[in-house]
Amino acid sequence: MIQLFINYYETVAVIIFSIGFTTMLLNRNLIKKIIGFNFMDCAIYLFLACKGYVEGRKAPIIIDGVQSMEAYINPVPSGLVLTGIVVSVSVTAFLLALTIRLYYRYHTLDIEEIIVLSKKEED
Amino acid sequence: MKIREDYEQVGWRKLIHWVNADLQEDYISKDHVIHDQLHLKENAAQEKNKRIDELKSSLQALAKTHGKQWYEKSYRIFSIFVAVAMIIVLLGVVSQLPSFGDPSNPANNEVSERYIESGLQETGAVNIVAGMILDYRAFDTLGESHVLFIAAVSVLILLRMDYGSDGKLRKTKGIRDEGYDRMYEPRNDLILQTVTRLLFPMIVLFGIYVILNGHISAGGGFSGGAIVGAALILYNNAFGFNKTKRFFTYNTFKWVSFASLITYALLKTYSFYTGANHLHSGIPLGEPGAILSSGLILPLNICVGCVVACTMYTFFTMFRKGGM
Repeated sequence: MIQLFINYYETVAVIIFSIGFTTMLLNRNLIKKIIGFNFMDCAIYLFLACKGYVEGRKAPIIIDGVQSMEAYINPVPSGLVLTGIVVSVSVTAFLLALTIRLYYRYHTLDIEEIIVLSKKEED
Repeated sequence: MKIREDYEQVGWRKLIHWVNADLQEDYISKDHVIHDQLHLKENAAQEKNKRIDELKSSLQALAKTHGKQWYEKSYRIFSIFVAVAMIIVLLGVVSQLPSFGDPSNPANNEVSERYIESGLQETGAVNIVAGMILDYRAFDTLGESHVLFIAAVSVLILLRMDYGSDGKLRKTKGIRDEGYDRMYEPRNDLILQTVTRLLFPMIVLFGIYVILNGHISAGGGFSGGAIVGAALILYNNAFGFNKTKRFFTYNTFKWVSFASLITYALLKTYSFYTGANHLHSGIPLGEPGAILSSGLILPLNICVGCVVACTMYTFFTMFRKGGM
């Protein structure tokens, strides 16, 4: 239990992730679902960034030719976060574009109403 | 024109009338305005009611056939249950994780050691993250650039509207029937235009600086490209599409993205080919810390920056207008 407070960054990341997940599950509005999706993304970045952090070390940009492992933080999670941000931007833009098309077609953002209307069209 | 309902009773207005010796109190007939508003409200309410009734009846029909009501209730309970269970499981995992910021964590293993201790000699980049993503894992970054490009293309497919050769919107079925939302935006805002004239060159310059210094300091193609894209968006907001059309069209997007991606692919193909076959690639690594150093990382950063800037601007124009 005490580990939760030592790892407080990870705890916060997990809580933000759960908030995003719950938003996606409970909201019927498509835009709010996308906001929840972005919450989950940000929580993952926070988690990865704090996994790479080491107490008292600096960002991995070599200063004065010091090349020992004791001087810098772990560079691998930083690269992973960069990849994640790019993918999340692309996916968010794609989701928003799809939502705009759905709104043009059905004039509502409520996912249940959209399902009902599309079923009615099929009949 | 919107007018307060108690406008006739405002003291200032009475004073003006008294000063002007204007006896005509009714240049906007109250009855007319109120009647109009009532009429509008009635119409809106009727339409809404009709729509709600329709939806309700269809929902009821579905509920009968598909057990919808039961599903609605159980869905909420079940999703709250799932969310709570997930929070408990994840918090349990976090409580078992190694301590935050501890140097002996298993994540700080021989992989990061190798990157830090020989990254400078092998890639020539002072910024180890840049050396990692554009040299060791350059293939992955090529994929990332393609993800951005494909996202921009799919947004283009979904949102682009047909503008005829005369610049007028061709009516497409079901799109933009209910008024054009840009009608109410201010145009030629003087404050925004003056600030943009001052800031636009500086922001672009800063973006280029971030792109070109990607291998010797924090930054790189992605962040610098995002800054340049933001500058383009600011320019568009201040001066409108007629001005940005002069230097940024579909063709600009198409050719800049294509040229950047193909350059990236060809450069990296050469380096992979020579590296895999133990050939000497002949690309000088240069002196670490100089602007012209670290082999292919600088041109690759420029390519990535171009793709990101074009993609950002294309997203903006597509969401705002559906055209460039």
